[in-house]
Amino acid sequence: MTVALSPPGARRPRAARNTLFVWLFLTPTVLLYGAFTVYPIVGSYVYSLTDWNGFDASPSFIGVANYREVLADPMFWSSFRLTLTFMVVAVPIQVLATLLLAIVLNSPRMPLRKLFRTALFLPVVTTTAIVGVVMQFVFDPASGPVNLALRELGLAPDGVDFLGQSSTALGTAIGVYVWKWFGITLVYWLAALQTVPSEVYEAARLDGAGALNTLRYITMPLLKPFLVIITLLSIEASLQVFDLVLTMTGGGPFYSTEVIEVYIYRWAFAATIPRLGYASAAAVLFGLFICLVGLLQLLAIRATRRARGAA
Amino acid sequence: MTRTTWRGTLRRLPWWLAAAALAIGCLIWIYPFLWMVAASLKTSAEVFTKGLDLLPADPAWENYERAWGEAQFGKYLLNTVIVTVATVVVVVVRCAMAGYVIARHDFRGRRIVMGVLVATLFVPAGYTIIPLVDLAQRLGMLNSLTGMILAMSGAAHVAAILLYVGYFRGIPKELTESALIDGAGFTTVFFRIMLPLAKPVTATVTVLTFLSTWNAFFLPLVFTFSRPDLRTVSVGMLAFVGENTTDWSGMAAAATISLLPVVALFIALQRYFVEGIAGAVKS
Repeated sequence: MTVALSPPGARRPRAARNTLFVWLFLTPTVLLYGAFTVYPIVGSYVYSLTDWNGFDASPSFIGVANYREVLADPMFWSSFRLTLTFMVVAVPIQVLATLLLAIVLNSPRMPLRKLFRTALFLPVVTTTAIVGVVMQFVFDPASGPVNLALRELGLAPDGVDFLGQSSTALGTAIGVYVWKWFGITLVYWLAALQTVPSEVYEAARLDGAGALNTLRYITMPLLKPFLVIITLLSIEASLQVFDLVLTMTGGGPFYSTEVIEVYIYRWAFAATIPRLGYASAAAVLFGLFICLVGLLQLLAIRATRRARGAA
Repeated sequence: MTRTTWRGTLRRLPWWLAAAALAIGCLIWIYPFLWMVAASLKTSAEVFTKGLDLLPADPAWENYERAWGEAQFGKYLLNTVIVTVATVVVVVVRCAMAGYVIARHDFRGRRIVMGVLVATLFVPAGYTIIPLVDLAQRLGMLNSLTGMILAMSGAAHVAAILLYVGYFRGIPKELTESALIDGAGFTTVFFRIMLPLAKPVTATVTVLTFLSTWNAFFLPLVFTFSRPDLRTVSVGMLAFVGENTTDWSGMAAAATISLLPVVALFIALQRYFVEGIAGAVKS
């Protein structure tokens, strides 16, 4: 009956019109995302092969010379090492400390847990660049509150120039970074803990398992897949610290906090004669590194899926 | 009876001790913000002589006048509001539309579109900034709020599309089929049925986009190099301390003005913030 109601030819124009609408709906994304994400990714490769001194100048093709120069620059390797140090130090502290705290805050017996969560999450929503500037003052060697407190407690009578000396600047930056993004990892863990059904705990309690045994034999194994995802999200985030570092230390003192993004920024925007091709080459290398991390991420997720399937 | 309550209290004691320790910890945790608000109400002399005291002798509101007018934070705040609101609207509309067609329609090129999106899920800003600025300049959009808005709504936001895809996929076919039989067109189905149904996702996307746009720094920084009047609060802040290194209370007032809207919104809509961020792990 339906066939009789709509003649066979009617389906085709409708499908064609649907296709038209589909692409109409995709147009804003194709245009905006294409122009401001896909094109820049591809463009970086092209620009990295040129000698190009500023957005007003015209680039000239010079082959892989930029790459040769970047790879030979000790400053590039130093910034690469600083980026890695940032990641290797910040991520484990962040992931493990938030896990412990999340377990405590997840217990319904914990008083005021919502309030604590709010307080710990607060730095996450604040503007990183502004926090970076405020921290310059908080860590000021003469009148900053941190040094005033240290002096009051008799811990450092002369004050510590946390951000002004090479030996402490990176550590301080990492500390502020962990403080700033602590809440986000905490919320990841709390979400992960919510996926453990309360009946499981109930059953464990009835079987006479104590709090520590429940944690060890029930909670931890169930959290394992989340550990992989949360660690990788944290790694991804720790590679992008431009806002904080530029506003807090500007990469100094003596380049001791110049992570890769600041290195790229310095050559492209802060130099008297910008070298956009050179900076692009550094950016491409950084991008390839991120890709590698992403690839490891996919492999790790697949491995845990398989492990979960086997269990 | 009294014995059981006693025992209950005793059993609770470790939790209350932990809570007390955490309360002190949390106070230290948010101390930088408390210090900032306190400093914004102190006179310049008080900031240096009474650095640790949280209460100023007499609130010095003129710091806010100075930050708002002289340091132009009133203007910067307006710029930030304009850029954030416009970006959120563009992102929600474009991501919902893209997510809808990817989830509900089989068209040629769908796998390619999806593949490109997933492949570019994590792209750091430092990586794309040079070609992006170059393109913006050639289109004549550098040094304008419109350009900043378009660039910010075009950069990333893949996660938002994927959230919509996931949500729209889960909506039963019957809902749209009956509407189609009633003669509803493509756009009607989307705007009248699908988009209203996706309110939870829209809330999450709005909150997350608001957060990332309000707090953006790299892009607004390079887009306003030659137009200081178009700065957002985050860029204005860096410029302010670059020019006035000794005006601590002015700096604190400017920072408080800049952070207050986002903190207020967070406290009012905390549920959406937390759920939006937690969603990243669950999916």
